[in-house]
Amino acid sequence: MTTDELIWRIAGGSGDGIDSTSQNFATALMRSGLDVFTHRHYPSRIRGGHTYVEIRAAGHEVQSRGDGYNFLLALGDSFARNPQDDAYYGNEELKPLSENLDELNEGGVIVYDEGLLDDEDVAEIDLEERAEENGWHVYPVDLRGLAKEHGREVMRNTAGVGITAGLIDMDIEHIEDLMEDAMSGDVLEANLEILREAYGMVDEFDTTHELTVPTGAHDTGQALLSGSNAIAYGAIDAGCRFISGYPMTPWTDVFTILSQNFPDMGGVAEQVEDEIAAAALAVGASHAGAKAMSGSSGGGFALMSEPLGLAEMTETPIVLLESMRAGPSTGMPTKPEQGDLEHVLYTSQGDSSRVVFAPGNVEEAYEQTRLAFEIAYDYQIPTILIYDQKLSGENTNVDVEFFDREPAPDLGSTLTEDELKEAAHDASGKFERFSYDGEDGVSPRSIPGQKGGRFLATGNEHTPSGHISEDADNRVLQMNRRLEKLDVIREELDEGETNQTYVGPDDADYGLITWGSSQGAVFEAVDRMNDAGHSIKAVSVSDMMPLAESELVAFIESVDEAMVIEMNATAQFRGLIQKELGRYGEKLTSLLKYNGNPFEPAEIVESCEIRLDGGAGEPSAQVRIEPAAGD
Amino acid sequence: MSAFNAIGDDREIDRDEYTPEVEPQPTWCPGCGDFSVLKALKQALPEVGRTPDETLLVTGIGCSGKLSSYLDSYGFHSIHGRSLPVARAAKLANPELQVIAAGGDGDGYGIGGNHFIHSARENHDITYIVFNNEVFGLTKGQTSPTSPKGHKSKTQPSGSAKDPLRPLSLGLNAGASYVARTAAVNPNQAKEILVEAMEHDGFSHVDFLTQCPTWNKDARQYVPYVDVQESDDYDFDVTDRREAADMMYETESALYEGTVLTGRYYVDEERPSYQEEKRAVGELPDEPVAERYFDEDAEWERSYDLLERHT
Repeated sequence: MTTDELIWRIAGGSGDGIDSTSQNFATALMRSGLDVFTHRHYPSRIRGGHTYVEIRAAGHEVQSRGDGYNFLLALGDSFARNPQDDAYYGNEELKPLSENLDELNEGGVIVYDEGLLDDEDVAEIDLEERAEENGWHVYPVDLRGLAKEHGREVMRNTAGVGITAGLIDMDIEHIEDLMEDAMSGDVLEANLEILREAYGMVDEFDTTHELTVPTGAHDTGQALLSGSNAIAYGAIDAGCRFISGYPMTPWTDVFTILSQNFPDMGGVAEQVEDEIAAAALAVGASHAGAKAMSGSSGGGFALMSEPLGLAEMTETPIVLLESMRAGPSTGMPTKPEQGDLEHVLYTSQGDSSRVVFAPGNVEEAYEQTRLAFEIAYDYQIPTILIYDQKLSGENTNVDVEFFDREPAPDLGSTLTEDELKEAAHDASGKFERFSYDGEDGVSPRSIPGQKGGRFLATGNEHTPSGHISEDADNRVLQMNRRLEKLDVIREELDEGETNQTYVGPDDADYGLITWGSSQGAVFEAVDRMNDAGHSIKAVSVSDMMPLAESELVAFIESVDEAMVIEMNATAQFRGLIQKELGRYGEKLTSLLKYNGNPFEPAEIVESCEIRLDGGAGEPSAQVRIEPAAGD
Repeated sequence: MSAFNAIGDDREIDRDEYTPEVEPQPTWCPGCGDFSVLKALKQALPEVGRTPDETLLVTGIGCSGKLSSYLDSYGFHSIHGRSLPVARAAKLANPELQVIAAGGDGDGYGIGGNHFIHSARENHDITYIVFNNEVFGLTKGQTSPTSPKGHKSKTQPSGSAKDPLRPLSLGLNAGASYVARTAAVNPNQAKEILVEAMEHDGFSHVDFLTQCPTWNKDARQYVPYVDVQESDDYDFDVTDRREAADMMYETESALYEGTVLTGRYYVDEERPSYQEEKRAVGELPDEPVAERYFDEDAEWERSYDLLERHT
């Protein structure tokens, strides 16, 4: 097992405080100077049921959840003990221990709650035998008893963290600080007592493991944030002050963060009756002069299809979010997938004029949200951020300074009243909202309430002054103008600081192409393979529409074969590349995963090695290699 | 504020200002009741004192949706059933605008039914005019949610088996604080009701009976009509929810029995509008969100100042 990193998994029942405990522990590890990356696994259920959070912490950069894990804190599912629950779910007390063993690495450490998990039950899962086979170090501790002695049973989380800190020889100062920030009075006293007592208990243990907390390296302030945090903050800094939505996992996170912050910022958040309304509200708010956003997840986004088209036709700037979960239909609500790409690119009637970005990590989530607003308001076009449950919920540390930027509340191509006075008006005295000066497809807009800016916005084809028209010449002119914007946007994105991210040596002859949240695991796999003597490079693409064509052509041309890695079953991104570039069918293979769990680096390494060895053999992981055309 | 000088422009307004100088050829059939809605609206707006530049008319799809093409104000011709969410958001982004939503019975009570219920429930300060001709017009005469039971159309050739929707009762029960019915054949009443509806602070629902000379030839042309406020036969308190509900029920039943009752049915001046309620709980800023974008001195909060909770 690797000893230069800690991958700690806390498992229990939903509602047992697994989330908050892990968030605090991750923050404590970050404060001690480590890079951290969290991964959440939870069922679509409020209380009870097996859930865990994994925290990977290392003295070096961490970009993914890693492979397996090396420390299990199994708390027991307290809700499984509720007699009412028995009727529905049976006895699940042992699940936090029994369900997690398969992924525990060799030589790993197990702490389980002796106070909650019966010896007889533990005996039934052959823990002792399996521990011996795998070199695990098992420490049963009465966490429940310890918590009850000094406070309440629910504080057994704290006892578990104390034991963990003791076992990995970690300074508990940062944990104490966090508790002091979050609690007060008797609750704080009790928790501190439990933490310290648990920490001290370890001295009495007959320890056999070697895992210790890694040494940290940061010297600047770090913040621990999820992709949802980053998107919400990107929106705030872009000047977004209107959000409308309907709750749906995992998009709800962004909606919640902005609903809680907007009232203090002079913004408006609206929870509405359905997603059609949500997206239509964003259109209405933007039309009336606000920077507006809405969003959803797969099924909810499906309902947004018609207001999305309306935004395209009326050239109303809006930003939509699509946080993917596994589909089709309601699919797996709490599991990530990258299966909605084609849905987002092509949904709604007619020829699309929309821009789609796919951030690959927390920092990109922030930057591309800002960019999405900028492009939307400069070009009067709906922009969409497509990401997934994984990026929504995973937490990583980012340098605090990264966020130290000026806000950009500019409404883009929107005229002031003074500018309206100088605009060309037709005989009716109406502002020619959709006129075209032949520049970049953009026709500056006015806002209701401005003097002299009256116009009609319509989802029907319309003349430059906004009147409904089925005239053939006008149709072609307007259609070309709307589509021309995409060409100009592509140029702007190509010229700007690149959105595509590369790793590996330029001259490598094997390439990996990925998008979205699979980026971290792919990049880590590339580093690992290069360390092992291969020569491999990767690109993570975020400009999906318009696609980063020239960059992809250059990348594909430079390698013998490229493997497109994505979390879906039908190779949607590979399909997009082949469609847009019109070639390379024989040069692109796919690595696909769609079992509800994100890629681990080792799965990618193994699959690449199979291809590098001539393509013989099947990966051992639940992934699929889809060969190139004619292969 | 300098960004929206049209708002609060205090001057005499000529009703001709609402007529586009280059008028698009109306696509409504001769004799269509929709002409009357347009006329009544053009008469009512100057009385309310709102200029074309401070008025936003959001329409849905269908014959009624064309209304925004023929009124020279700011307009948004949206999509089937979605005029209300677009209108609500515009009002939230800039509460100083005069926001009117309009649509047909298929558009507003069918596909947009959910939005109608929730807009009324929340009591958004907008006016909602529903052109009710008991039939789908632009798609060529299919049965609509307000078509009488037994109505024969190409899609219900044996006659509709469905009872018609009761729009007034629905508006009241969902929470609208102003509910009225008027008819194209009663222009004076129509204008008065529209003035009241637009001046009302809250969700004002006007069910506007409009005859469809092409597809609903069997429909009574809403003549003779009875104005329940003018008639001695009807005496009820428009501020009393229960009495209003009873009158609405009678009105909605009578329409299919050949009697056309119109008028104000429910007026609740006490209930605060959604905008007011939202402002009271601190969720709607005092100054319109839209104005800040044009204010060079506005201070914009930064996410950087929120980071402490993550460190």
